[in-house]
Amino acid sequence: MGNRTKTAWAEKYEAGGVRDADFTSISGRPLEPLYTWEDLAGSDPETRLGWPGDYPYTRGVHPSMYRGKLWTMRQFAGMGTPDQTNERYRFLLEKGQTGLSVAFDNPTLYGRDSDHALAAGEVGKTGVAVDTLADMERLFAGIPLDRVSTSMTINAPAAWIFAMFLANAEKRGIGFDKLRGTLQNDILKEYIAQKEWIFPPEPHLRLITDLMAFCAEKVPQWNTISISGYHIREAGSTAAQELAFTLADGFCYVEHALAAGLDIEDFAPRLSFFFNSHLDFFEEIAKMRAARRIWARAMRDKYKAKNPRSWLCRFHVQTAGCSLTAQQPEINIVRTALEALAGVLGGCQSLHTNSMDEALALPSEKAVEIALRTQQIIAFESGAANVIDPLGGSYYIEKLTNDLEEEAERYFRKIDELGGVVKAIEQGFFQREITRAAYEYEMALSRRKKFHVGVNEFANLGQKLEIPLLEIDESTERDQVAALLRTKAERDNGAVRESLAALKTAAAAGRNLMPPLLECARRYATLGEISDALTAVFGSYREQPFF
Amino acid sequence: MADRKIKVIIAKPGLDGHDRGAKVVARALVEAGMEVVYLGLQQTPESIVRAAVEEDADVIGLSILSGAHMTNFRRVRELMLSSGLGDRLLTGGGIIPTKDQEKLQEMGVGKVFGPGDDLQEIVEYIRANARRVPG
Repeated sequence: MGNRTKTAWAEKYEAGGVRDADFTSISGRPLEPLYTWEDLAGSDPETRLGWPGDYPYTRGVHPSMYRGKLWTMRQFAGMGTPDQTNERYRFLLEKGQTGLSVAFDNPTLYGRDSDHALAAGEVGKTGVAVDTLADMERLFAGIPLDRVSTSMTINAPAAWIFAMFLANAEKRGIGFDKLRGTLQNDILKEYIAQKEWIFPPEPHLRLITDLMAFCAEKVPQWNTISISGYHIREAGSTAAQELAFTLADGFCYVEHALAAGLDIEDFAPRLSFFFNSHLDFFEEIAKMRAARRIWARAMRDKYKAKNPRSWLCRFHVQTAGCSLTAQQPEINIVRTALEALAGVLGGCQSLHTNSMDEALALPSEKAVEIALRTQQIIAFESGAANVIDPLGGSYYIEKLTNDLEEEAERYFRKIDELGGVVKAIEQGFFQREITRAAYEYEMALSRRKKFHVGVNEFANLGQKLEIPLLEIDESTERDQVAALLRTKAERDNGAVRESLAALKTAAAAGRNLMPPLLECARRYATLGEISDALTAVFGSYREQPFF
Repeated sequence: MADRKIKVIIAKPGLDGHDRGAKVVARALVEAGMEVVYLGLQQTPESIVRAAVEEDADVIGLSILSGAHMTNFRRVRELMLSSGLGDRLLTGGGIIPTKDQEKLQEMGVGKVFGPGDDLQEIVEYIRANARRVPG
């Protein structure tokens, strides 16, 4: 006796009784027990989904997706000195990784030298320390930069780290046109979530448009920005907030570049994105599909881009660091596998899988290898790469995709009302939204409405940690500072002063800063010297602390 | 004495922008009836202890996910001792390996918390261990 109507089914569903559990998504989204064609009424598949590689790209940015080319397996790595990190890169390439991704240490991310007072104890701890061109040379020694694509997670000092990267390529005789890779270079999400800035927002935004203009002409294969939701999510946002705030940041960059006189078709195809893949499998997949559709529509209809390449939301995915637990670290392998699969089913262009030990330390070599193998299992064993957008057409996935899109649109209107992204940052809007969501999630864990296996449920009390952890020796800081002092003693200090003076003049005159930054890098000016020179012109920035 | 709220300084020393945990804990402590002074980012051991003296804080909580926990906890503890705050609780949280937690305890640092630790447990630990000396 089958059910003839939804009502008939619903009666049986109610009569059967349900578990006493929280059936909302990890973002707190209320969910129906069942989705049907009725949830998609009025949603025309032809216009809402289209075809892979066609507007609005809901089903993917390429017509052939992973049948044509698998995603790039790109493990984010960096620790200690440039020599130590260089060794890790060679290990990863040897194990079948297909792109590099540089993790810098905190002092570098803040544009500070390794001997800065605030850097004490932090040098090389959460990434690699880079102070001058000499470090860049050691970091990429023996790595074919014209054949391996390189992603660099650097934001506030992105333009001058990139200048060092270019100066290194130049010294090795590699043409800028051969270089492929991505700079994160997304300062807006720093103010919103990761909190690593140097100047107030406007001068940072100008540096970003300078870099876009420079690359459009000289480094055409480089992705000049990776507009990042990852850190927004790690800071505790919901899926919808991650989606909305990231795309709003993207619109802000587009508007700044247009206002600076750049042609949208010159810079838009080089914009890329970076999303988190968290534990809620279906919500994450829907978020990624919604991102492509929203971006394509805005680029075509609002910003009037004509070239379809300007409409593409191409993105990198990283599994959620904040979902990892220090307790029973081995089970993080399973979390990461599910999150990685969501990234693939969401149609990512590149993927990083976290290692099981990252709630405890930087990953050990063994842990990194397992993380990379996880991607290889998805690519070569699971069958997930055989069919394009395999979940497309699922009532649930399509309804979630529509709902996330609507929620994002509501946030866009709110941000507009506040006067745009920069104004909303200055008013603490994003920061408050995220802090509230983070607190609600922690409370849900504390009240056992939400669960984290091995932590607030199925905990092994008194269990001793049984995996080896990577340690960064205290000698790293001494070695790095010694290398910095050596470089400063050996370089032509008169030439450094001249190049820094020219940089300040260009900054004050409003000229494109990439040529003078490149000159500073060639002269072995340090990261901190360049930051200080620019701070003298642009000023610094402090956030009003709140919680 | 019993009327005075427990006063907690929460700070992020050094170059570390990961402020999710610090803010969540700050809020949980306030909800639990404590007074929280959140100093925010890019603090130095000196600025933190100076604030603790000015506020006459019972507890200092450091949030460190940058790997610089040994350097910062050691320096803050030294400054607390030399500033007459030796009887106050120094605690905190972040990505801090067990081995280092033991070394921190030898230095006079209290329990430090990590990913997954329950908010209620943190609240109760601070309530039980905050300085409660009359006058």
